[in-house]
Amino acid sequence: MSIPSSSQLKYASLQLKNRLFYLLLAAGGLVIMAGLYAVHMMEEHGHIISGMNNQIVWGIPHVFAIFLIVAASGVLNVASIGSVFGKAIYKARAPLAGLLSIAMLAGGLTVLMLDLGRPDRIIVAATNFNITSVFAWNIVLYSGMFSLVAVYLWTMMEQRMNVWTKPAGFAVFAWRFILTTGTGLIFAFLTARQAYGSAMLPPMFIILSFAWGMAVFHLVQTSIYVWNDKVLEPAILQRKKNLLGIFVIASMYMVATYHFTNLYFANKIGFEYFILRDGGLYPNLFWWGYVVLGNMLPLLLIFLPGLGKTKCVMVASFAVVLGAMVFLYVFIIGGQAYPLSIFPGYQVSSSFGDGQIASYHPSLYEFLLGFAGLAIAFIITTVSVRVLNFMPHDKPYIAD
Amino acid sequence: MNDIHNQRRSFLKTSLGVAAVAIAPGLLLFDVAHGKSEAVSAKVRWGMLIDTGNCADGCNDCVTACNKENGLSGGLSPTDSQWIRKIEIKDISAGRAVSLPMMCQHCEHPPCVDVCPTGASFKRADGIVLVDKHLCIGCRYCMMACPYKARSFVHEPLHDQNPDVPRGRGTVESCTLCVHRIDQGKQPACAEACPNKSILFGNLNDPTSEIAMKIRTVASTQVRSDLGLNPGIRYQGL
Repeated sequence: MSIPSSSQLKYASLQLKNRLFYLLLAAGGLVIMAGLYAVHMMEEHGHIISGMNNQIVWGIPHVFAIFLIVAASGVLNVASIGSVFGKAIYKARAPLAGLLSIAMLAGGLTVLMLDLGRPDRIIVAATNFNITSVFAWNIVLYSGMFSLVAVYLWTMMEQRMNVWTKPAGFAVFAWRFILTTGTGLIFAFLTARQAYGSAMLPPMFIILSFAWGMAVFHLVQTSIYVWNDKVLEPAILQRKKNLLGIFVIASMYMVATYHFTNLYFANKIGFEYFILRDGGLYPNLFWWGYVVLGNMLPLLLIFLPGLGKTKCVMVASFAVVLGAMVFLYVFIIGGQAYPLSIFPGYQVSSSFGDGQIASYHPSLYEFLLGFAGLAIAFIITTVSVRVLNFMPHDKPYIAD
Repeated sequence: MNDIHNQRRSFLKTSLGVAAVAIAPGLLLFDVAHGKSEAVSAKVRWGMLIDTGNCADGCNDCVTACNKENGLSGGLSPTDSQWIRKIEIKDISAGRAVSLPMMCQHCEHPPCVDVCPTGASFKRADGIVLVDKHLCIGCRYCMMACPYKARSFVHEPLHDQNPDVPRGRGTVESCTLCVHRIDQGKQPACAEACPNKSILFGNLNDPTSEIAMKIRTVASTQVRSDLGLNPGIRYQGL
């Protein structure tokens, strides 16, 4: 038996990667197919087969969709720091950030659209526009974001267009702030619900987007480096993990402020007790899932002396993403589960769940649809990274 | 030359025939649907005054009448539509218990209309808040925005609908104030069915109407009046 030469080994590894690529595509495609099956079933039988009802009107699909849309905006931070503030290591990563933004936006919007009661009427949303609806504004904001980021990517990847990168970067920078403000306003405008109706929500969502987007960026970047047998320079890893850590601290601050302001308003104390202490599943998810898993663990992994290496940052990023999902579950489902206060000061009961904590048991179909959104983002990213040059190219000397 | 004239004549005749055939069913159906040629006007604002003192605990006649009139199943599961429901409320400090019907409050400034992305939720000139079933995409944002939880989402395919009250799977619906009856000069089904005559229906804008006169003389409240939505439904004895 002869020992294989290094070129033979390299060829074998290339072949393996080729196979792995198609395997990944097939896996992603399968998840999307499963999601489409769920949509077909919901079309056939109605939303009765989902866990959503007249009390919990937005469920698991919205948790996935809002995560993807918020992270799609936040991931552009990397691009903004490069294009707007001119930092070289971020500039090298701006194309990847732009790609991830488009991919996640596509995934999130698909989920949101397919969960509609009448997804076949999506064109109505474009032809009939209600100017007072923040939902309608968001339709403009989302499609504008798609186009702007596409132009931004073009200015970066086509050398002749490079002179336009800075203005395009500025436009994207401004747009994504407005976009995430719009996402926050969806809830901020719900004046009658104790959980929402707070001006804290738009800025809170912007800060949350920084952390979630950064975490997704870390996960994807690390995977791409491993795929290409490269190692991220420790100095760059150091700077980026510190930034993730700061974003995590900032988002904890915003979430704490949101709950503290609610606790100070007498009419919202009941809701806060429910979501933070008495609500069974929801406080448990909030404290263990969001605070401990989604914030404390990542901070330890990033900042504890001796930790903070590639693997730690990877686990920290994954924990931030999981924490984000848990946070949105508590925020969206928990916020609806707490009964609307129609008669303040009265004990209320009816056949329609008045005065009772609403129950929600998400069905498999909802999860299939949600995961299909993740899979769409995954496929767009995987294919684009393979056919186009999205691998960050760092200059040998980092000036800033 | 003559030939051309004949051709033109027969073309005009055929066109006229086709136009008549196209328009006739519309005109006939308009009649069948009891359509009115004059538009509703903002001079009218329909509303209700509900006397909770008279509303009997355990009586469900308004709910039953609504279900029958609008072709609702009457099911009580969390996915079933309930356009009107009886709520039992008890003053926590005083212990006084009251029973009352709750439905779409037909606000002057309806949050559901503000948030609807397509304009499917709309307010008619006479104050009735409705959903255009052809424009509703089923996003359920109006259900999130309604302070009275007055709206339901149709979770299942529907059968045997009342032709006067079209509904649609995957769209949101709520009390229409029996707009089809109002347009025929009748009262909403709930008001008519109430055995104690606790639901007084009428034109709030007409100072001589029974409801306007009663509102001037008895104390009535709007639910969650702190939100400033000016609902068309008022409650007496709360």
